Amino acid sequence: MSAVVIRADNLGKRYRLGQLEPYKTLRDVITGAFTAPFRRRRSQNRSGLPSAIQHAKSEYVWVLKDVSFEIKRGEVVGIVGRNGAGKSTLLKILSRITEPTEGYAEFHGRVQSLLEVGTGFHPELTGRENIYLNAAILGMKRREIERKFDEIVAFSEIEKFLDTPVKRYSSGMYVRLAFAVAAHLEPEILLLDEVLSVGDAAFQKKCLGKMGEVAKEGRTVLFVSHNMGAIRSLCDRAILLDQGNVRLDAEPAEIIRAYLSAYISSANSGAFKAEVFWPNEAEAPGGDEVRLISIRLLSKDGRPNSTFEVDKPICVEISYRIKCPLRGMRLRLGLMTLQGELAFESTDHQFREEEAFPGIYRNLCTIPGGLLNIGAYIVRVGGGIPGVKVLLPMTEYFTFSTAGCGNQGSNYPEKWPGVVCPKLDWIIERIGEERK
Amino acid sequence: MANNESIPFTTEALPKIVIRPSQGLFAFRLDDLWRYRELLYFFAWRDIKVRYKQTVLGAAWAIIQPFFTMVVFTLFFGKLAKIPSEGVPYPIFSYAGLLPWTFFAQAMNQSSDSLVGTAYLITKVYFPRLVVPVSATLAPLVDFCIAFIVLIGMMFFYRIFPTGTLVYLPVFLLLAFATSLGAGLWLSALNVQYRDVRYAVPFLTQLWLFATPVIYPSSGVHGPWRIILGLNPMTGVVEGFRWALLGIGAAPGAMIYTSMCVSLMLVFTGLIYFKGMEKTFADIV
Repeated sequence: MSAVVIRADNLGKRYRLGQLEPYKTLRDVITGAFTAPFRRRRSQNRSGLPSAIQHAKSEYVWVLKDVSFEIKRGEVVGIVGRNGAGKSTLLKILSRITEPTEGYAEFHGRVQSLLEVGTGFHPELTGRENIYLNAAILGMKRREIERKFDEIVAFSEIEKFLDTPVKRYSSGMYVRLAFAVAAHLEPEILLLDEVLSVGDAAFQKKCLGKMGEVAKEGRTVLFVSHNMGAIRSLCDRAILLDQGNVRLDAEPAEIIRAYLSAYISSANSGAFKAEVFWPNEAEAPGGDEVRLISIRLLSKDGRPNSTFEVDKPICVEISYRIKCPLRGMRLRLGLMTLQGELAFESTDHQFREEEAFPGIYRNLCTIPGGLLNIGAYIVRVGGGIPGVKVLLPMTEYFTFSTAGCGNQGSNYPEKWPGVVCPKLDWIIERIGEERK
Repeated sequence: MANNESIPFTTEALPKIVIRPSQGLFAFRLDDLWRYRELLYFFAWRDIKVRYKQTVLGAAWAIIQPFFTMVVFTLFFGKLAKIPSEGVPYPIFSYAGLLPWTFFAQAMNQSSDSLVGTAYLITKVYFPRLVVPVSATLAPLVDFCIAFIVLIGMMFFYRIFPTGTLVYLPVFLLLAFATSLGAGLWLSALNVQYRDVRYAVPFLTQLWLFATPVIYPSSGVHGPWRIILGLNPMTGVVEGFRWALLGIGAAPGAMIYTSMCVSLMLVFTGLIYFKGMEKTFADIV
């Protein structure tokens, strides 16, 4: 029986709504004090409520409430949830970056957190100096850093540039170096945020591999992710957060089902969608740089549809606005099954210019016919500048269905196995006699 | 380490970390700060390295600022205004005062913006936040040491040799550090909440210079003005430093003792305020 290494008991975190506008100047405080009597009278006129009640109604929002769980040594636990469910806040509290408003948590063992890659890198310092600095910031002692220095350099593959200031590195080198340092943390308990979303594919694979090694060594890992594949393959257990509460704490398969339950139930009831759009810019996904406008599925004749024949192409139309010039941005489209398996992802990287100017854009991506299987798929869209910034976190938006008369030419209405069901060519030739 | 069951250790052997909302003002947790002492060194090292990178003059800047200030002061205050200088030539009088003052001014300047400047770290990594203003106060020590060497050179030049009062020099050096730290703690914590502080500091520093006996000796100040000098924590530092090193001026009396007490209070209250505000830093910065 393994010992409990992390115990959380009714953790809660509350933010005052005004804290979204974080700092004040003395001038604001002083003018606030002067205008207070006038404010009272004005607010009375507007709402009719006596000012005492108005001021007492100080607005708070509970970002986390009653979060409790126990994690045993050696477990790899994932924390999942929609954006805004409180995952990052929970991790911040467990990393002691911010204090809980209520509740209690305890750790038994050395804890190291990795919430971001390259924390503390200073552009003027060289790669060598930054390794020391970054490792120290992440919690390694000097002797430990010296011991692991060569390994870190080898993992990052930047030996030649070790003595150049980091400001001259490409973004890829930067990320590799940062990850190399982070990958050599050896705490008993490791807390990770969605750091796996940066870096190119080869490097991501390397880091997933390293994480897997870490797990096998008996260390406890707690990580936040949107990546269902990682959760399924690495975790023994996962916790689903929904609007600050723990909705479920179970095996990955169950959690994925619960996470996608909204989509599954709509699929079961046949409530598929052809499009999703956001008329109000402020409520659209995105931020100051990019905002989505709509995502639509169109058949070849340009009409929106929520059900498609498997052998007909599907045109995915993504409309969005770019608010400021962006370099190196790309959009990603993914299709996921109801079991949380990623069917595929595609990006428009090769098809766009390096520089994108502000404007309203429409991307059309054609999924060829003869690829998908019969069933339901969830549409996911995301975007960002690889290795630099996530502009649109990869999120599931809606479900559509595919239908057809027998996959692979089969006459039975069976569901063919496989996430996709590509129509491939087979050639059959008789090439010789059969000897008796 | 592949099989959990083969490891015989119990949870008692491992460090235990507890997280709960902190209560009370006096949760100092200085043991945490001790555990992170290496980070103090790394931050100070980084600040020092970065300061002189890509500069031509490099460490010479540490000497240029107090030296040329001294030249200007000598011209205007020493020669033109004929301010008395306790029996030693005015240049060395003002330079000896400028040395701890420059340290204090630099420390105050750097630590006031230190928390806001490291916002990108504070919101992503845990370390005792005290490390930030303390390391910001440590970095100017290097400049101080370099400029100190010049002072020793000047002492040889003017043939002024230290007397028995030299034993007290470390006390005043420590006091200089403590005062700078106290001011830094207050300013860095205040700056997180009220960003005006950053802009007020250079102005504050200038005014404070005139309220401190750097340019003039405290013996030249009479009556009610002595109270202001006494309440100024830097009076004790500057006058004491000058007295200990050069042997000039009166031995510390009521005024300097008062000033020393104010310094210590500044550090204590600074620590308390900082610790009280610490839990909000990551949320507001």
